[in-house]
Amino acid sequence: MGATPHTPEQSPSTHLGSLGDPTKHHDAIVLPTADRDWLVDALRTMHQIRAAEETIGDMVTAGRIRCPCHLTIGQEAVPVGVMRHLNAGDRVFGAHRSHGHYLALGGSLDKLMAEIQGKDTGASRGMGGSMHLIDMERGLFGTVPIVGATIPITVGAGLAAQMDGGGAVAVSFFGDGATEEGGFHESLNLASVRQLPVFFVCENNFFSSHLHIGLRQPHDSVSRFAEAHRVPWQRVDGNDVVAVADAADRAVTAMRAGQGPQFLEVVTYRWRGHVGPRDDLDVGVRRSDDLHTWKLRDPIGRLAAALVASGVIGPEDSERMRADAQAEAQKAWDRADRDPFPADEALLDRVYGGRRDAAQVREA
Amino acid sequence: MTQVDKTTPYGIAIREAFQYLLETYPEAFTIGQGLWSPWYVGNSMTDLDKQFGKDRVIDTPVSELATTGAALGAALCGYRPIVIHPRVDFMLLATDQIVTQAAKWRHMFGGDVAVPLTIRGIINRGGEQGAQHSQALHSWFAHVPGLRVVMPATPGDARDLLIASVLCDDPVLYVDDRWLYEEEEALGPIVELDLREEGPRRLRAGTDLTMVASGYSTKLCVEAADKLAESGASCDIIDLRVLNPIDPQVILESVQRTGRLLVVDGDWSNCGMAGEIVARVAETIPAALSAPARRVTLADAPAPTSGPLERLYYPDTDNVVTAARELLDGPDVRFGDSESTMRRWGT
Repeated sequence: MGATPHTPEQSPSTHLGSLGDPTKHHDAIVLPTADRDWLVDALRTMHQIRAAEETIGDMVTAGRIRCPCHLTIGQEAVPVGVMRHLNAGDRVFGAHRSHGHYLALGGSLDKLMAEIQGKDTGASRGMGGSMHLIDMERGLFGTVPIVGATIPITVGAGLAAQMDGGGAVAVSFFGDGATEEGGFHESLNLASVRQLPVFFVCENNFFSSHLHIGLRQPHDSVSRFAEAHRVPWQRVDGNDVVAVADAADRAVTAMRAGQGPQFLEVVTYRWRGHVGPRDDLDVGVRRSDDLHTWKLRDPIGRLAAALVASGVIGPEDSERMRADAQAEAQKAWDRADRDPFPADEALLDRVYGGRRDAAQVREA
Repeated sequence: MTQVDKTTPYGIAIREAFQYLLETYPEAFTIGQGLWSPWYVGNSMTDLDKQFGKDRVIDTPVSELATTGAALGAALCGYRPIVIHPRVDFMLLATDQIVTQAAKWRHMFGGDVAVPLTIRGIINRGGEQGAQHSQALHSWFAHVPGLRVVMPATPGDARDLLIASVLCDDPVLYVDDRWLYEEEEALGPIVELDLREEGPRRLRAGTDLTMVASGYSTKLCVEAADKLAESGASCDIIDLRVLNPIDPQVILESVQRTGRLLVVDGDWSNCGMAGEIVARVAETIPAALSAPARRVTLADAPAPTSGPLERLYYPDTDNVVTAARELLDGPDVRFGDSESTMRRWGT
């Protein structure tokens, strides 16, 4: 008798369920009783990220920025929630849409604005722009726009953490598009077989560039890939900062206890186009209806509503935070605007370590 | 003549470098396919896993991209990994991590990020292995700013340039060649070189012809020079050693003296390392050449498997001798009949 073919069934790791339905999860989030100070900080940081992104978007529209900027508006709860449980010594890597990761780790807003303007005072000394941010002091070890490229690099940071033996973890932020790259699967397998403390955080925002996940994958949830590589996975509402932080806490605690890699699928939605401030760029007709509904699952609005309802902040406080954040973003932009560009020598001086090679000096 | 007590083969010299690095530097480790079964890499890593443990000599799944990326990540966190790719052909699956990540990381993040990553790509060809088990491709990688490319031709360099590569704070592609593993040399004590100070070196001094090569091609030049010496020709041999960033000074000085340039390279000719050397000479000291520069490279075809075609494909010592003789016997274009000279050389 021949073997019975297995039919791929819908299983918990393949289907987003209600998290994929934009008409659900609009209410104020559920707050824990403790951690009130952190929740207020989280709201402030999410406002800071959104205000920075909106300012950057305005500057793109005004023609003041040429460098491609991928905005994370609508996804602010993800970096803020995940970073909650990271310590000094943990290493974080990001991708093209990583302004939020940089700011949530405490990166300087001035240096972000300077970097986007190509200034010598920027996070990457004006050599990287929006898509290449770094702040090693705060644990951000690099963000790059080659899709999925930092995933194996994060595995290496996890290998280093394992060799160090100090309980540090490595965190990789990537989007659902990156799960279509081979390196992602190689990385899950390698981290799993060597039980490395690598936290794979997939921001499933439904879009890879212009293409909806429904046109790219047979299932809408990417957690199935973790299951295939025997990596414990969780899936949360990515627009609920408390849910994200709680899931990250469980994952990071397990990794620090030597339980190997962890996977987190955070379900969220990209409010703007793939690149730049427009919300309709190249993403098809159906999106405009979806976007309107998804905005009702606003991570900032839902946290603010919960904080007001529980009396932690007053009804005007969130709006005040937003206005303050916007003013700060504008000030940071203006300060960076006055900063110097890198000197011409930077073009060749920064290629190799230590100093320029003899031949380079001769030819310069 | 001094008595040579002991000589070390190239493959063993590489192993000595690993031994030294793993003993001396706790932050050094090595990772790649086949390291717990090191016949993959000839005699160059035998029993390192037994000696230093499987946590510092790490065998991996067949995942060149993830393995190379992981080594890069560990390098960013203060380790000095050596990734092993037993064949250059398979290393190409990791090209993004080598070319677009490791080579760019320092520059695009402001110039201060150390990337002490060594990628060892082994040229493993011949034996009728054919198109996908034979490539060299060092010219491709030498094209990339930020990636140092090292090709040792001698056991001493195989050992000391590997150590220098690992101790360098930039990503280095170290390319060794299985055809050199049995070459022997009496070695002195290990020297920790600063890779930034290393570059092309004159292996042999001569007056009539400048030969430039790297890796196995350097050996061909040495053998050819011996044959040419029998007929009284004296060759200057420059071993490139470091292909990127290239320092052409030694080559330029040599061609100034000899007036004749022959470049031998075990890679293809178009956009290749041999062409680069010719270009450096042509744009810097065009008047120094008394004959058109000449390249000896692989035939511009994928590596064949059939024995006779394979013999045709790879340059050998006789090919180098023939090319050198044609260069040496031709008239001096600066003073002779240039039109007939050009016809004769078919250029």
